[in-house]
Amino acid sequence: MKYSLVALAVLGLGASAVQAQEVVKLGAVAPLTGTQAHLGKDIENGVRLALEEYNAKGVTLGGKKVKFEVMAEDDAADPKTATTVAQRFVDAGVKGVIGHLNSGASIPASRIYNEGGIPQVSPASTNPKLTQQGFKATFRTIANDVQQGLGIGKFAATSLGKKVAVIDDRTAYGQGLADEVDKAVKANGGSVVTREFTSDKATDFLAILTRIKAKNPDVIVYSGMDAQGGPMLKQIKQLGINAKFITGDGGCTGEIIKLAGDAIGPNAYCTQPGLPLDKMPGGKDFNARFKKRFNADVQIYAPYAYDAASAIVEAMKAANSSDPGKYAAHLGKVNFPGVIGTVAFDARGDIKDGAVTVYQFKAGKWEPVQ
Amino acid sequence: METLLQQIVNGLVVGSMYALIALGYTMVYGILGLINFAHGDVLMVGALVALEAIRLLQIHAPELGLVPTLLAGLSISVVVCMILGYTIERTAYRRLRNAPRLAPLITAIGVSFLLQTIAMIIWGRNYHSFPQLLSTAPLEAIPGVFITPVQITILVVSATLMVALVVLVNKTRLGRAMRATAENHKVASLMGVDTNKIIAATFIIGSALAAVAGVMFSSNYGTAHYAMGFLPGLKAFTAAVLGGIGNLGGAMLGGLVLGLVESIGGGYIEDLSFGFFNSSYQDIFAFIILGVVLIFRPTGLLGERVADRA
Repeated sequence: MKYSLVALAVLGLGASAVQAQEVVKLGAVAPLTGTQAHLGKDIENGVRLALEEYNAKGVTLGGKKVKFEVMAEDDAADPKTATTVAQRFVDAGVKGVIGHLNSGASIPASRIYNEGGIPQVSPASTNPKLTQQGFKATFRTIANDVQQGLGIGKFAATSLGKKVAVIDDRTAYGQGLADEVDKAVKANGGSVVTREFTSDKATDFLAILTRIKAKNPDVIVYSGMDAQGGPMLKQIKQLGINAKFITGDGGCTGEIIKLAGDAIGPNAYCTQPGLPLDKMPGGKDFNARFKKRFNADVQIYAPYAYDAASAIVEAMKAANSSDPGKYAAHLGKVNFPGVIGTVAFDARGDIKDGAVTVYQFKAGKWEPVQ
Repeated sequence: METLLQQIVNGLVVGSMYALIALGYTMVYGILGLINFAHGDVLMVGALVALEAIRLLQIHAPELGLVPTLLAGLSISVVVCMILGYTIERTAYRRLRNAPRLAPLITAIGVSFLLQTIAMIIWGRNYHSFPQLLSTAPLEAIPGVFITPVQITILVVSATLMVALVVLVNKTRLGRAMRATAENHKVASLMGVDTNKIIAATFIIGSALAAVAGVMFSSNYGTAHYAMGFLPGLKAFTAAVLGGIGNLGGAMLGGLVLGLVESIGGGYIEDLSFGFFNSSYQDIFAFIILGVVLIFRPTGLLGERVADRA
């Protein structure tokens, strides 16, 4: 009798301990190896910071205290790997996914999340298609390329020059953005003198740049990532091309400045969906916390990943459950002040009021123009 | 016209780097019949070691001039890569010398992954900007055609090293031993050639060339990264096959041809195909040329049928 009482007590204690620490796993996925690994790590860290802060504050769902855990995976910026990782998340029973970085990875993976019933919030994939597939729980915290391409094309054609050359890196992101730029340039009275293509692994662009030089454009638009943008700026200078240069968010980093060295000047512009880190409502504070925790600088996507993770947790709080079937409906309705501004989604799952900011290279860094 | 000339200059510079890397593939293949897929990653290690050495030198010996700093960094990286090449051969390939051919091939891919991962742990995932110790200010050689001092250096250094290698292989004792080993290991060793030493020497020389190519690559593009070896490695391998793998002259010719084809293909494919193709077919164009060459000359441009191995 005594023993059974003890056993009961132990059982009870055990049960309450489980209750006190129900673990909710969220997936964070981005390229953690390869040429975009620095941007991927930025996303993982953003998610980590958000969940650690929620854990420190303490979140109770359905009367149980929960502890959030990050399951971080590497998609190597590769669509095939992305689908494998997505299936791994579904099998592991994660309650939500923050990722992927690349549109080319996000789009095929989103189908698997949709079938597995797991909400996905991408902090970085800007290809419009992602949220146009009719999936109920596919969201993004970053403005899409329709908004951004419009911004680049309009700025290029109205402020930089009428003759525009467009280069893209043949990724879903690069191509999607370049298509929108192409349309916007023409809509604003400019002309696209040539469209050239490279890859997200290339370092040598002399052949296409020489071709572009022969067409004598006023502006070169590069739709791709910073790791290629830096060497490209060098080679533009090397060939003696006197054109303005503008690139999208993938090239709007501190990294491109380092890589371009003395080849970057006030003729270089870039755009970012959303606001600059120091103009984000929670930007300064976020930067300090991020630096303190990871001893690294925010690259680009950390605030978006942080807010994506927060959106999932806020939706869970609203549903009072971590069950994807229950909280997914609340994701579309979240409305809270995040680092990037008010986080709220439109009917498709795109962030509301996705602003685009144009920057110009001045005195060693990107300075907002508009 | 100046556009065409510029494309030729572009192609020659890239091509001479491919050629230098291709020599490493072709030497090893010539002697062992092994495609050393880790070769591109030795190039990466060469570039990153040089980067680290140059950074340290700039901090601790800033009074050293630009060119001496670069030469010192280059020497350190060449030595490190020679040791690395020897270690790879000794640990990963030597034990498999008599294994079926597939085994060392898989090992080579494994070594490639291993080197990349180690480099990722040491140097991180970020792109590093490589110090520009040689000027990249464009010089206008002919009106409208630009070339930078770095590019000129690349052309001169590659040409010198290639000539030196040909002399080494054809005129020295070591070279004769290498040719003998390539023709037949067993007979060579019966004739008193220490084939293990010769094979090690081949790897050491190939790795030294890869280190030089890595430093040139990084100096030219101004970046270094743990995965940077993959693409040049692949292209150089293509160049080696194009020229006739196992043949030194073929590697050089293959490298230059591939560089030119890529450059001119990228620049003119749209005009040549009346807008049907565009520069996204730049790489495919190069591989079409490779395919066509291999159909008519299965052993490559300069490849000749070497004596069968026992």
